[in-house]
Amino acid sequence: MMASTSDTTGIRIGMWIFLYSEIILFGGLFVLYAVYLYEYSELFAQGGKELNRIIGSLNTVVLLASSCTVAASITAIQRGKKGQAMACLAVSIFCGLVFVVNKYFEWGAKIHHDIYPNSATLQDGEPGLNIFFGLYYVITGLHGLHVIIGMVLLTTSLVLVHRGRITASRYAVLENSGLYWHLVDLIWIFVFPLFYLVL
Amino acid sequence: MESSEEHRHIVGYGQLAVVLALLLALTGVTVAVSYIDLGFLNVPAALTIATLKAALVLLFFMHLRYEGPIIRYGFITTVMFLAIMIGFTFWDVAFR
Amino acid sequence: MTTAQSYLEHSSPPGRRGWKAWLLTHDHKRLGLMYLWAILFWFVLAVLLGLLMRTELMGAGRTIMGAETYSSMFTLHGVIMIFFFGIPAIPAIFGNFFLPIQLGADDVFFPRLNLLSWYLFMFGGGFAIFSLFFGDGFPDTGWTFYVPFSISSAGNVSLTVTAAFILGMSSMLTGLNFVTTFHRLRHKGMGLMKIPLFTWSLYATAWVQILATPVIAITFVLVVLERLLAIGLFEPDRGGDPLLYQHLFWMYSHPAVYIIILPAMGVISEIIPVFSRKAIFGYKGIVYSSLAIAIAGSLVWAHHMYTSGMSDVSVFVFSLLTFLVAVPSAVKVFSWVSTMYRGSIAMSPPFFLSLCFIYLFTVGGLTGLVLGAAGTDIHVHDTHFVVAHFHFVMLGGTGFAFFAALHYWWPKMFGVLYRNRPAYVGAVAAAVGFVFHFVPMLILGMQGMPRRYYDYLPQYETGNFLAGFGAYLLVFGLLLMLLNLVLSLRGRRTAPANPWGGTTLEWTVPSPPPVENFTATPEIKDFPYDFSEIVANSKK
Ligand code: HEM
Repeated sequence: MMASTSDTTGIRIGMWIFLYSEIILFGGLFVLYAVYLYEYSELFAQGGKELNRIIGSLNTVVLLASSCTVAASITAIQRGKKGQAMACLAVSIFCGLVFVVNKYFEWGAKIHHDIYPNSATLQDGEPGLNIFFGLYYVITGLHGLHVIIGMVLLTTSLVLVHRGRITASRYAVLENSGLYWHLVDLIWIFVFPLFYLVL
Repeated sequence: MESSEEHRHIVGYGQLAVVLALLLALTGVTVAVSYIDLGFLNVPAALTIATLKAALVLLFFMHLRYEGPIIRYGFITTVMFLAIMIGFTFWDVAFR
Repeated sequence: MTTAQSYLEHSSPPGRRGWKAWLLTHDHKRLGLMYLWAILFWFVLAVLLGLLMRTELMGAGRTIMGAETYSSMFTLHGVIMIFFFGIPAIPAIFGNFFLPIQLGADDVFFPRLNLLSWYLFMFGGGFAIFSLFFGDGFPDTGWTFYVPFSISSAGNVSLTVTAAFILGMSSMLTGLNFVTTFHRLRHKGMGLMKIPLFTWSLYATAWVQILATPVIAITFVLVVLERLLAIGLFEPDRGGDPLLYQHLFWMYSHPAVYIIILPAMGVISEIIPVFSRKAIFGYKGIVYSSLAIAIAGSLVWAHHMYTSGMSDVSVFVFSLLTFLVAVPSAVKVFSWVSTMYRGSIAMSPPFFLSLCFIYLFTVGGLTGLVLGAAGTDIHVHDTHFVVAHFHFVMLGGTGFAFFAALHYWWPKMFGVLYRNRPAYVGAVAAAVGFVFHFVPMLILGMQGMPRRYYDYLPQYETGNFLAGFGAYLLVFGLLLMLLNLVLSLRGRRTAPANPWGGTTLEWTVPSPPPVENFTATPEIKDFPYDFSEIVANSKK
């Protein structure tokens, strides 16, 4: 990564600090969500019903599983099992891909039904629904961007493991990519109930 | 401060699998609960479950359990700041 | 020590030559200098803009510019002064240069990330310049970019907030680097209560940079998205609430004013004991008050919104909390004054500037209480009283501390001594000009002159004329000090390792410091401000 030292704790501290800032980045959006949920609780529930719970749940499962395999890849590398580590990473990346494809279809269907920022339906409909879907697009969009960045990081780690640059004695890059990926998962753990399950 | 000569805790596959199972179970619970109307408890219930899940991911997948004080306190500070951001805004919104 | 090789002559990583030795450097000291030149450029630019505005205001009616130009001017002035000067100045220049040295380290923890921060800073600057000449011209929204105007304004808001977003990343990464360095690279023998106060203040600031900056990042992203997609998140007729923008904006921007002032307080805490030849009074008090300011400063954002129409409960709570922040700030002022009491004062330009800081900052803090009390704030909100208040804190405070730091550390950074007389003349001119500039503005504000207008009613003319006169004197003083410093680089008088009798680690290494900072393992004192040795030596 950016440090030339061998102090892996220090490198992890740096990564965690970065994650704190990511949490607050999404936090700003959750402030908006909280206030608008308070103001438009019924319309938010109505909006939530229009989202596809099946896809939402599926994506949750996929992300949780991928988080687990990323954690497992670290265990594998710590034990010096290169092949296992690579397999775990490949599964995680694949899960990420599934997630993105699902999101693509989900957004596509919504846009098809004329629900997207500034669409006629939202403009003429209830203001609360406009806000709900506005937040939905912004939050899942930003989250999706993070999924893609996370996949790039995981792929990089995979390549580095393959080339023997990440080993049992030196795996800070893998660890930090993993931390980033878990963050993506963490955010989704909150996004899922807040958008798909609000009553 | 902690020394950089540390030996790192290894979380075994078995443990990870148990955590994943718990996470999936909680996902099931939260979906199931969402079909029951708990009145004003709906959102708190969903958030409590989400927080439990987040805690599992943090403690085991992200190894927060095994990290030193700087990372742990830093994380707590972050969460507190987030709580203040949301909470203090409600001094305004809730009393308009 | 004779073999030490100055960082100005030897690159890190070794072997780089020419422009590469600078633009690809990992050396925190060189990066500090690179920030220095970039930030000075912006500072002088914004000062000149301020002077132009002041010139416009010297007479009623249109003097040299019209309403639109004036609006763009104060926006540009505000954006530069906050994002390009106030926030980065002390941490990025002096923090980069001295934090590792004061900790006994050879560099920051992530040297390459540090270089990236510098590039982000320059890149953000490039964006801002670009937005001046591109499209529909620079925004006229004020540095606050309040919705709905920032969404409907024709100016180039998107580009400008993107610039601020990039600068935010740079600032946040610098904070990340400082925190990690503080914890991981501190000399083993340096316990928490042996750390110099400047470094402590940077540590507290760094946490604010890390946790508050993302809020403005996401807020600016939302402004851009609103302009591009018209989602309506802040638009009342689409269900949005414009006040939430203000909440989010100040959630960052209020902590940001503590990013601006905390390092300045750290600088003063270094300078006062050195020139009083006396240990700082209440070392722990200053450390804890830095942390307390960082925390409490994050709880008071809505005191910028008393008249916005938010709830009365909120006005009450935030007003109450605002008064709490005054306590740790006052603790520091008392500590500085008590340090000087019965010290053996040695007058010098940095010390003189620090005295100006204490005086001006105190006035800024006290006028802040007038604004913090909801009742009086309603009377002076959005008047020149507010403008004068924050210039007292940001120019009288951070600005003077910045100049104090320049004069204090210049010999160490460049290995040359500057001439004292022009420095004193400049400092006196700046201080007197400052009072002439901003005291009339306090009065004008109380009489009801609103801010952000290029014109005013005839009864305000005397005050504005005085303020304009003060501004010229102030700018003359500032530029004289800078010129004097720059001229010293001709290198007529080389500086010794410890020209002032400082006790922190940077004064134990040669001036300018060697590439690796310490050629021998530094010796850590039990207390960073122990002057017994210095005093004993001077008696000999
Ligand atoms: C020689 C120095 C300076 C001069 C002559 C000056 C002058 C001015 C003037 C005339 C205004 C516009 C007042 C109005 O009509 O509303 C202004 C606004 C402002 N100044 Fe300065 N200033 C100086 C230094 C600084 C410094 C050092 C800072 C901060 C670090 C600063 C930050 C600001 C900000 C944030 C605004 C408000 C912009 C807005 O309304 O959006 N200024 N200044």
